[in-house]
Amino acid sequence: MDALAVERLNHSYGSRKALDDVSFSVPSGRFVALLGLNGAGKSTLFSLITRLYAVRSGAIRVFGFDIRRDPGSALSLLGAVFQPRTLDLDLSVAQNLTYHAALHGIRAREGRKRAAELLRQIGLADRARDKVRNLSGGQMRRVEIARALLHRPRLLILDEPTVGLDIKARAEILDHVRTLVQREGVTVIWATHLVDEVAADDDLIVLHRAHILAHGAAAEIVTQNGGAGVAEAFTWLTGQSDGSEAA
Amino acid sequence: MSALTLPPAGFSIAQYAICLKGIVWREALRFLHQRERFVSALVRPLVWLLIFAVGFRQVLGVSIIPPYETYIPYEVYIAPGLMAMIQLFNGMQSSLSMVYDREMGNMRTLLVSPFPRWFLLSGKLVAGTAVSLLQVYVFLAIAWFWDIQPPPIGYLTVLPALMVSGLMLGALGMLISSVVKQLESFAGVMNFVIFPMFFASSALYPLWRVQEASPALYYICQFNPFTHAVELIRFALYAQPNLLSLAVVCGCTGIFMSGAILAYDPARGLLVRGRRED
Repeated sequence: MDALAVERLNHSYGSRKALDDVSFSVPSGRFVALLGLNGAGKSTLFSLITRLYAVRSGAIRVFGFDIRRDPGSALSLLGAVFQPRTLDLDLSVAQNLTYHAALHGIRAREGRKRAAELLRQIGLADRARDKVRNLSGGQMRRVEIARALLHRPRLLILDEPTVGLDIKARAEILDHVRTLVQREGVTVIWATHLVDEVAADDDLIVLHRAHILAHGAAAEIVTQNGGAGVAEAFTWLTGQSDGSEAA
Repeated sequence: MSALTLPPAGFSIAQYAICLKGIVWREALRFLHQRERFVSALVRPLVWLLIFAVGFRQVLGVSIIPPYETYIPYEVYIAPGLMAMIQLFNGMQSSLSMVYDREMGNMRTLLVSPFPRWFLLSGKLVAGTAVSLLQVYVFLAIAWFWDIQPPPIGYLTVLPALMVSGLMLGALGMLISSVVKQLESFAGVMNFVIFPMFFASSALYPLWRVQEASPALYYICQFNPFTHAVELIRFALYAQPNLLSLAVVCGCTGIFMSGAILAYDPARGLLVRGRRED
């Protein structure tokens, strides 16, 4: 079963189309990079997948559950890390995590147990009682990822999770998430505008100006579009698209 | 993915309770961390009580009207109005932050919960009301030293009244912020919602005195749900029922909450912030 199926999805802000007839599917257990410049429609797509915005045209299914008809089941299987920071700075790391557990109907004791285990995995077990305000940007992101995994989702979506982080923190977070895919079989959709975060064996979706320009194995997309690398393929694809629009 | 690992359809009542408890607990924790908010929520009604009421008591005589059984000083008369004012400010403030960007990160966290959206938003309103209860009881404790001393049972009987009035005002704030585009800032809400509601009510003067001065204003006051919140609190504080006010406040709570949940659109706060997130 596909972890995520998006069918003929449209979304507009007034007269501006943010997503125009977008369709794609993501098989279970894959790391999928969603590559697009700022303004491509990535955050809009994430807002629709997480039910933050109502789906007005088209359909989104998470492991077969339609986000419009059965949002509870769909969201139970989904973990999300948003681009803006969404941790409570004044609360401790553990308090943030147990709050999330409660939002999924998980008892406080079980929530604390899971939080302790996840914090151990991300190397922040000793920071559980610290206020989030005192963490570094990279640590906050890791806590947000831990939080998104607390209810044991099967699909994890991350919107530009490395923005504003230094090179080391970026690499650590990317590495951690790839490990989740390999070890736990979690499906990951990683939205980014940074081409160096895409590996050759990833699945790649190129989103540009509300349209999907390419979808497939990253290596194949590179081969079909010049063969030099992801950056060149991306430039070529978006250049073609802009050229045809201008014409 | 096997069918066995799919989640059960829906949640149990116990899980709903866990979720609600989590939302209220977080709101209370946040409130305790924000000392300035706590202090300013208290200073406002205390200024009215300690300065305005003292200055005004000579100007405005209050005769014996229910639920009071004797002549009362003006401070005693306006105390319920000030309790409702605390809830009015708190409700408007927290609702505005739910709709607009200030709390958008937290609203995202809340809204990706698999519980139904009506339940999450209601939970948030309940949490806001719980915070206003804390503020009101601290205010009552301080006011006790200024001879605002209702019967001891009144401190208990006023609790359900405060719960329903707090919910009504929070829901009204959410409804107004969701429907009226122009009210993005607290200053706008203050000028166009809080002040008119507060002054055109029985919070500062009994309605029979308003009627003497202006019959038109008297009718406006009577149709103002805030008047009924004040009267419900006033009677409950003296352990007396006020069925008309109870009915109006409960009815308005139902209408405002339904409207607020239907009108709430998380896209609004994000759009106001600009569309730079794409």
